Amino acid sequence: MAEWTLSAALNRALLDAMEDDPRVLVYGEDVGRLGGVFRVTEGLQAKFGEERVFDTPIAESGIVGAAIGLALVGWKSVVEMQFDGFTYPAFEQIVSHLAKYRNRNRGRVELPIVVRIPSFGGIRGKEHHGESPETYFVHTAGLKVVAPSGALDGYRLLRKAIADPDPVMFLEPKARYWAKEEGELEAGGPGIGEARIVREGSGCVVFSYGAMVARCLEAAEAVTDDGVSARVVDLRSLSPLDVDLIARCARETGRAVVVHEAPRTLGLGAEIVARIVEEAFDHLEAPVERVTGWDVPYAPASLEAAYLPSVDRIAAAIRRVTSY
Amino acid sequence: MDPSDHASGTEPFRLIAPDGTAVGETGVGLDPEQLRELLRQMIRARRLDRECMALQRQGQLTVYPPFEGQEAAQVGSAFALGPEDWAFPTFRELAAAIVRGVDPVQYLWYHRGTWHGGPYDPRATRFGPICVPVATQICHAVGVAMGLAMDGVDACALAYFGDGSASEGDFHEGANLAAVYGAPAILFCQNNGWAISVPTRQQTVGEIWKRAEGFGMPGVRVDGNDVLAVYRVTREAAERARSGGGPTLIEALTYRVGPHTTADDASRYRDDEEVERWRTFDPIERYRTWLMASGHADEAFVSGCEEEAAAWVGEIRGDVIATEPPPTEWLFDWTYADPPALLQRQREEALGG
Repeated sequence: MAEWTLSAALNRALLDAMEDDPRVLVYGEDVGRLGGVFRVTEGLQAKFGEERVFDTPIAESGIVGAAIGLALVGWKSVVEMQFDGFTYPAFEQIVSHLAKYRNRNRGRVELPIVVRIPSFGGIRGKEHHGESPETYFVHTAGLKVVAPSGALDGYRLLRKAIADPDPVMFLEPKARYWAKEEGELEAGGPGIGEARIVREGSGCVVFSYGAMVARCLEAAEAVTDDGVSARVVDLRSLSPLDVDLIARCARETGRAVVVHEAPRTLGLGAEIVARIVEEAFDHLEAPVERVTGWDVPYAPASLEAAYLPSVDRIAAAIRRVTSY
Repeated sequence: MDPSDHASGTEPFRLIAPDGTAVGETGVGLDPEQLRELLRQMIRARRLDRECMALQRQGQLTVYPPFEGQEAAQVGSAFALGPEDWAFPTFRELAAAIVRGVDPVQYLWYHRGTWHGGPYDPRATRFGPICVPVATQICHAVGVAMGLAMDGVDACALAYFGDGSASEGDFHEGANLAAVYGAPAILFCQNNGWAISVPTRQQTVGEIWKRAEGFGMPGVRVDGNDVLAVYRVTREAAERARSGGGPTLIEALTYRVGPHTTADDASRYRDDEEVERWRTFDPIERYRTWLMASGHADEAFVSGCEEEAAAWVGEIRGDVIATEPPPTEWLFDWTYADPPALLQRQREEALGG
C-alpha cells in the first residue's frame, strides 16, 4: 500500500487537477522553480510549463486580485499564500471581492478560485508563520473554508476545492505536511460541508480539525485507560459547517469537547458550542469544553508547547466532561 | 492650461486647446461620424449625470457620485477600446459605462440601492462591476489582461482609477504585475484634483504618470478634458497592449466639478473660485467649438444631440423611478453557487417559512 505525506498528496492533487483541466493555473511566491517553501508545487512547472505554473512578485493582494480577473475570462486559479501571516495583505481582495463577487453579480460570475494557505503552528516557526486565520474567513459569507488533517483527505479536499464553483480557502496544517498516511488517493468520498467521524466512541465527542485531529486521537487513546470511550470528529469543512453531524454526535454522547489552535474568543469553538446548545441542549450531560490556543499572539518557538492544545490538556478536558 | 496644483508640472499631451483651437494633429483616424459621436456621447453623459443628481435630491437614488467635468476623460478612453476589450470602473464611471453599452437603468440599480456593484452582466458587457474598494479593480483588470494574453485573444483590459487610488497598495501591485507579465493592460488614472477633501498635492508629490518608468512601462500625461487627445493616447496604449507591447500608465488631468458624492459638501474644503476656473476648461464646450469650427458639425447637430439626450434621459428617469425594491429572496439567491443547508434554513427563516 502506498504511503503519502500531506505535502506529496497535495502535490498530486494539483498535478491531477491540472491534467484533468487545462484551465487550471497554479501561481504564487516561489511555487515555480523552487516548488514552494513546503514543496507542495514541486515539479509542476517542469511538467506544465511556465504559463500554467508561475512565480509571482511578492504581492498577495495582486495575486488574489489577478485570480479574480483570470476567472472572468475562464481560468481557474489555485494560488498559494506562502504563509498564513502573509495572507493579510490580500484580505481586502478576499473579503470585498472574492467572497462577494458572485452575489454582487447576481450569480452571473462565479469565482472557482482556491487560495491555499499553509496554516497553524507547531513547526517552531517565527512570528507571522503560525497563525490560525480561519475565523476571519468562516465569518465571511461567500467563502468556503476547509482544513484537512492528513494526506488522504488532503488530496480529496483539494480536488473537491478545485472542482468547486465557489472560492475556497484551503488551510493546510503545516505541522502535518510531512506526516505519513497509508492508502490510495481518491477524489471521491465526503465532500466540502461534511465532517467525518475518525474514531468511534460513545462516552463523549471531540470536535477538531487540522493538525489538532492527530492530538485528539492520541488523547482519546490515552483516556481509554480510564475506561472512557471518546469519539473524534474531524470537521474538515469549517464553512459550511456540518451542523447535522455535530448535533447528532452531541445528542448521542451528551458530552462534547472542541479543540483548536486558534485563540479561544470567537474561535470556531464558539460557533460549535452555540450550535450544540441550539440543536442538542436537552441531551447534554455536561458543559461543553473548549481546549484552544490562548487569547494572545501566537507563541515563539520556545513557548509553542505552552500555547498549543497538548494531548494532556485535551485528555484532561475529556476526563472532566465525562466525569461531570 | 490652468494654474491649479494637480495639473502643474509636465504639460499634458493635447490636441485641442481650451478655447477650441487645434494645437496638434487632430487627424486621429476617426471619420466625421465618429467625431460627432464623441460629442453626442459627452452630451448624453452630462445630461444623465445631472439627472442622477436630481433623482438623488428627489429621494429616487441613494448617494450618487457625479462625474461632471470628466466626460472627455471617460468618453474618449472608453471610445478608444474595441468590442473585445474590457474596462474596469471605480464608482464614478457612468459615462464610460454608457459608451461601453451598459444599460444605464441596470447600472443605476446600484445607486438606487436595488442591488450591489454588479447589477449588469460584466462578461456580456466586458465592463467590470462598479468598484468601491479603492484601486482593487486594477488587479482585476490585470488578471483579465493576463488571461486574454494566455488565450491569444487580440484584446486588452483597461482599469479606471483616481489620483487617490494611486496611493493604494493595489495600484502598485497591479501595475507591477502587469509590467512583469507584459500584460495587455491600460492603467487609466483620472486625476481630478481631489480625493474627497484631499487635494492631489497632499496625495502624492511627484507626477503620477512618471511612476510608469519605475514599473518599466510607458507613461503618458494627457489633457483629460481634451476628448480627442484622450482618445488618441488610449488607442495607442490599446494597440501597443494588443500587439504584445505590454501595459501603459495614462494620467488624464481633469477636474471633479461637483462634490465627491451627494453626501459631500465640497465648500468645506475648496473655493468656488477654483471650480469656476475649471469650468472654463469645460470638455464639452471645448470639443463642440472645435468640431463646429472644423466643419464636422453644425448647430442643428448639436441641438439634435441635446434633444435626443433629453428624451433618452427622460426614459431612464421613468424606468429608474419604476424600479421596485427586489424581493427578500435576493438576499440569499447568489451568495453560493451551491447554498449550504444552514443558509437554506436561514432563507426559510427570513421568508417566514
